Amino acid sequence: MIEIKNLNYIYHPGSPYEKYALRDINLQIRKGEFIGLIGHTGSGKSTFVQHLNGLMKPTLGTVNVSGISTTDADAAKRGLRQKVGLVFQYPEHQLFEETVAKDIAFGPQNLGLSEEETEVRVREAMDMVGLSFEKLHDRSPFELSGGQKRRVAIAGVLAMKPEVLILDEPTAGLDPRGRDEILDEISALYESQGITIILVSHSMEDIARLATRILVLDKGQVVMDGDAREIYREEEALNAIGLDIPDITKAMKQVAEKTGWDIPPNVLTVQEAVDVYLRERKNHA
Amino acid sequence: MLKNITIGQYYPGDSIVHELDPRIKILVVTLFIVSIFFVNTFIGYLPLLVFILTVIAVSGIPALAVLRGLKPLLFIIAITVFFNMIMTPGEVVYRLGFINITKEGLRQAGFMALRLIFLVTGTSLLTLTTSPIALTDGIESVLNPFRRIGVPAHELAMMMTIALRFIPTLMEETEKIMKAQMARGADFESGNILRRAKNLVPLLVPLFVNAFRRADELATAMEARCYRGGEGRTRLKPLIYRRTDYIVAGLCVVFFGFVIAQRFLFA
Repeated sequence: MIEIKNLNYIYHPGSPYEKYALRDINLQIRKGEFIGLIGHTGSGKSTFVQHLNGLMKPTLGTVNVSGISTTDADAAKRGLRQKVGLVFQYPEHQLFEETVAKDIAFGPQNLGLSEEETEVRVREAMDMVGLSFEKLHDRSPFELSGGQKRRVAIAGVLAMKPEVLILDEPTAGLDPRGRDEILDEISALYESQGITIILVSHSMEDIARLATRILVLDKGQVVMDGDAREIYREEEALNAIGLDIPDITKAMKQVAEKTGWDIPPNVLTVQEAVDVYLRERKNHA
Repeated sequence: MLKNITIGQYYPGDSIVHELDPRIKILVVTLFIVSIFFVNTFIGYLPLLVFILTVIAVSGIPALAVLRGLKPLLFIIAITVFFNMIMTPGEVVYRLGFINITKEGLRQAGFMALRLIFLVTGTSLLTLTTSPIALTDGIESVLNPFRRIGVPAHELAMMMTIALRFIPTLMEETEKIMKAQMARGADFESGNILRRAKNLVPLLVPLFVNAFRRADELATAMEARCYRGGEGRTRLKPLIYRRTDYIVAGLCVVFFGFVIAQRFLFA
């Protein structure tokens, strides 16, 4: 679906401010994957995702999205931006229309869809993020709450029906409840729509819970690529690049050290931890 | 696409010109501008040219960077030269249809061009060698005596400082919103001028909303730290005249004094 070959990106090449942002990235993203992208601040996560819909062009190498190379002059016209939907960090800062419905319709209308089709899309998109069309479509997006604004902005991208949805820290700055709600909606979207999702996040817990594949970026390079159980086994390696394993994984490792019980070093969720703990306690009773 | 716009064209360095007290630099530039308009012979501009070249040489700024400041003004200079050439009455040296180019016109056009060029290079040397913060501090200090007649010196300087501080922030924000809207299929680069202007709405509305939000937050943050205007406010880096400042100021006053006086001496 997305094929990245030898991707390199340099900011301000040839000037004193030259900075290598991405280095020799080679990977394939297959249809239906849920990818968690983690990395320390400045590791190149945002630069990387902007290459996937052609907002940034590689200095070297190629990015190919179902047959469209992002460096093609007519990539945007051939539907690249529609295929790969990108929700930026703090997407509520991009809202501009008078009403919620009009704002969400901005994307579909840029695609040249009819009024009727646009309205169907707006309803669907609002439904997907848990907003009531009846109650909210006529309201100004600026008078909504923070969490609602963010949902409107995400709906604005969903209304374009992307095949790949990229979310750059969609929960930044939300309270724990708002965070859980957004993540649940993303998870439900993944289950029901069969789209490919790339989730950029700092939170190891969220990624552990949702992603089927994890990419770890450090200084512009992909240093780890695997599923959560493989990645979270590497506590030292993650610590070395300023990342950490989820708290529950850590807690269970300590339990294993204290008791000497047979607890795997990569427990991912609280539920799993409880199960393992109860089983082991019974075994040692 | 916004990266090549530079505002506040400070060119960092550690030359004598850079280190000079900003108040002295403002004084010198003022004297320089006054002299430009007093000089009325071509030979009289020679000392000013020597002055400019000396400052450029001492400051270590590439001459190209100074000349770049002239580029936006080329058009205005060309128009000024053209109209002065054809509108000044006097001895005709060239005739083209109803247009008469006079000897006096050529002379006048030459003066105007020289004055504009000197004006721009002189002032851009000030902004090239003075950091925006030092410049606003200097302006505040120079304006301070006029507070009695109601010039809000501190407020003006604070406004300038804040404006300068937010230029890079707003540029970054513009780029971010532009990209976010492009991700939703917005097009900022094609279509006729009317269409393009209309396409800017999704960029400008969020930009203004965010700018107001930021201004609000900044005001609150300043108030939370008990900001209450310039009264009795002290500085982290107070402006203090040093020996070089006095020497340079003295030399410049004498130099420009002569440049201005020669108009009357050799008249």
